[in-house]
Amino acid sequence: MNSSVIVFPGSNCDRDIAVALEKLQFKNKMVWHKETKLPKSDLIVIPGGFSYGDYLRSGAIAGKSLIVNEVIKAANNGCLVLGICNGFQILTETGLLKGVLLRNKNLKFINKDVNIKVINNDTKFSNKYKKDQVLKINIAHNEGNYFTNFNHLKELNNENLIAFKYCNKNGDTNKEANPNGSLENIAGIFNTKKNILGMMPHPERMVDNLISNTDGINLFSSLLK
Amino acid sequence: MKITNQIVEKHGLKLEEYSIIKKLLKREPNLLELGIFSAMWNEHCSYKSSRKHLKNLHTIGKQVIQGPGENAGVIDIGDDDAIIFKIESHNHPSYIEPYQGAATGVGGILRDVFTMGARPIALLNSIHFGSPSHFKTKTLLNGVVSGIGGYGNCIGIPTVAGETKFNSTYNENILVNAMAVGHAKKNKIFYSKAKGLNKSVVYVGSKTGRDGIHGASMASAEFDENSEEKKPTVQVGDPFTEKLLMEACLELMKDNSIISIQDMGAAGLTSSSVEMASKGELGIELHLDKVPCREENMTPYEMMLSESQERMLIILEDGKEKHAEEIFKKWDLDFVIIGKTTNTNKLTLKYNNKVEGEIPLDALSSKAPVYDRKWIKKKLTKSKIDTKKLNNIKIEDALIKILSSANHSNKSWITNQYDQMVMCDTAQRSGSDAAIIRIHNKQKAIAVSVDSSSNYCNSHPLTGGKQIVCENWRNLISVGAKPLAITNCLNFGNPEDSKIMGEFAECLIGIKEACEFLNYPVVSGNVSFYNGTNKKNISPTPVIGGVGLIQKLNKPINHQFKKDNSIIIVIGKTFGHLEQSVFFEEVYSITDGSPPEVNLTNEKNNGENVLEIIKKDLVNSVHDISNGGLIVALAEMSMGSDYGVKINKPKNLTNLFKYFFGEDQGRYVLEVDKNNLEKVEKILRNNNIFYENIGFTQKDYFEIQKELKIDIKELYKINNQWYNNY
Repeated sequence: MNSSVIVFPGSNCDRDIAVALEKLQFKNKMVWHKETKLPKSDLIVIPGGFSYGDYLRSGAIAGKSLIVNEVIKAANNGCLVLGICNGFQILTETGLLKGVLLRNKNLKFINKDVNIKVINNDTKFSNKYKKDQVLKINIAHNEGNYFTNFNHLKELNNENLIAFKYCNKNGDTNKEANPNGSLENIAGIFNTKKNILGMMPHPERMVDNLISNTDGINLFSSLLK
Repeated sequence: MKITNQIVEKHGLKLEEYSIIKKLLKREPNLLELGIFSAMWNEHCSYKSSRKHLKNLHTIGKQVIQGPGENAGVIDIGDDDAIIFKIESHNHPSYIEPYQGAATGVGGILRDVFTMGARPIALLNSIHFGSPSHFKTKTLLNGVVSGIGGYGNCIGIPTVAGETKFNSTYNENILVNAMAVGHAKKNKIFYSKAKGLNKSVVYVGSKTGRDGIHGASMASAEFDENSEEKKPTVQVGDPFTEKLLMEACLELMKDNSIISIQDMGAAGLTSSSVEMASKGELGIELHLDKVPCREENMTPYEMMLSESQERMLIILEDGKEKHAEEIFKKWDLDFVIIGKTTNTNKLTLKYNNKVEGEIPLDALSSKAPVYDRKWIKKKLTKSKIDTKKLNNIKIEDALIKILSSANHSNKSWITNQYDQMVMCDTAQRSGSDAAIIRIHNKQKAIAVSVDSSSNYCNSHPLTGGKQIVCENWRNLISVGAKPLAITNCLNFGNPEDSKIMGEFAECLIGIKEACEFLNYPVVSGNVSFYNGTNKKNISPTPVIGGVGLIQKLNKPINHQFKKDNSIIIVIGKTFGHLEQSVFFEEVYSITDGSPPEVNLTNEKNNGENVLEIIKKDLVNSVHDISNGGLIVALAEMSMGSDYGVKINKPKNLTNLFKYFFGEDQGRYVLEVDKNNLEKVEKILRNNNIFYENIGFTQKDYFEIQKELKIDIKELYKINNQWYNNY
């Protein structure tokens, strides 16, 4: 499977995601933001970091960059797109995913391992997970507080477009288990066609037991199926 | 402009120093030249008070590739890998403007490391604040922590370890020390020494603004009530640009384009150009009209003294200009040839081809003043503490008091604000004795830790200096690493005071003795004097940052108990030294007395044996015993794990407080499986290591026979509330 990782100035999880993809035998290419053409890709990943310094607003400038036009075209043609952390923020800026990521409720950067629950496992991104499976994944962000309007939230729920929710060890998606104030504990969402996934937690950080755990591996191996 | 005495003093120069300047120049300097002298001759850049003592430090060893004197120290970790690291202070700016002060502290130390060709792989910090009840502390804590996080998180280097302490001695002068660690190939290390005539001198990175002018001079004077007015001397950081600069530099470093490279840190363009040229015994000519400026109408004086961040000076091989420019343009960074190397041995500054200033380089470097300042020895205070009153408190209450105090509470409120995982090689995050970072794509890893103990150093600087090196060494051992080398950040008061100078001299003697004995050389560092306000100096606070090597990382070891019913062994003898202990300070507010004795022989033997036991995979967890003594170490091993302890009462030592809270050095707690016990005991017996089996782990409870029994969840709660309630 061919993957492309988009590298913006200020991306800083680009190497991490490339390592994870290569570990899972993806044929991966790094794509510089000034490129105007994407290599042949079955999967495009927009990695975490601080694209263009995240000045103005997280993801705002990246959302208008040259390469992102190509990502939008590819996504509309059904290419799989995964946005992690800053990548999720960028996807909302482009409109490929609806909603916004506000500042964390405590107004601080948060880095820790949190539990998330697999809400929809019937997608290209999540089919190797069990439904309601609880994962332990690292988060690292300033703006991960997902918010959207009432109608879209209804759509997310009715169409089963919520990918992951923050929860506790037992899978309860209560307020205490919500690290950043995100609406309904949402940690990741799909677009209507479910070919685009945006998520704040970093699955690429969870592919090696020596460093953390391997809860992120199934996200990548799901894609290989 | 005529240089008056008032102008000289405003530049932080003494009048005697000004006469030397006139003698060296054989004329009066103009304002630009005076500014350059002030930037190069201040304490921060010239080390004029410390140089004499620094020379005595132990800086050699087989593992050392580059000792002090370069941008950072370089050590050999086997194969073709080198580790490049350094610690630096940003105390003064952080007190005036905590966010930017701390952020640019991180940015500056990162540049020191990637300037030498290393990709940074870890950040650490040691931050000291005033008393929590002081009105400024909360703002400073918030600002510094978010500044450190803001920079490191954005550039994408994990912040993996550190220490945070509160003490009223820092009420008016906080300490912010940042350490960076990078990895390079041994044959790809870049130095600052210029070579060759007529080589292009290139300016890359951000544009120059008016920020930070006289920053280094500010850091070389005490504060007074007008310190707030110094805000404009604090630089503003841009981690995004630094990320671009780092990637661009590392890209250019892949081939042989660079002759020498130096970051523009303290005293900006001045110190970088002077350092490169004087190390190369050359001259350097700069055309200041070519310097990219952020603001209009900047004068040569402002350009030379600006401390705008994220800038580098590079001397390129002939014909490599175009190739280098392409790389910097790709990263949207300025790239301008602003001068060339010459054979004049002078710094020549031109603006529109007119010479604006010219100074012989040796006047700025080798002929800069060096002082042999007066210093006096500190006497060990004779113990005068009446231990009879110790009976008034229960052990349980004392333990709770310590675990709920500002200094000994869990620090996750801080560490959760730092990205510790980016780069995906952090095998042990903050909270243990040391952090572990895997070398990318390899099986080996390094361990890193930073430590200080100002109370010990204040009461007896020589012992304190020794102790802090040992503690740092112990912390690396505790995660299974062989300690290799250190960097030190020496935070002291006003060196013109013989008492303070004595603290400095004696701490350094202690550091030297320990480093020598442990084969643990100093490879880089920084001195920060004049920490104080209105003649009130801080306690001496040398901070040690250590790097150790784990040859093969199979399973990271940390301090948390892993299993039920394993044996708890204490290595090293417990005498019960309570003076200068956390117990006395937190429970009785007693801060007199002498620090615990440091026995280097025991320290070394105990450490080496613990390391061997870890390497043979005979332990489940290890923790060094430091502040708070045995009981706090045991509590830390319990909290956050599923297991507590059941400890027998000691047979020999009758005073329980001494036994449990004493801070005797060179000790470790080991959690050992029953079936490994025999092997562990054999190693210890064969090597004549003193040890005691003091009990075993148990589920859920922290228990001392017939004294106390607490649910470990309760202990955890007690230990985790201070920051959230502050």
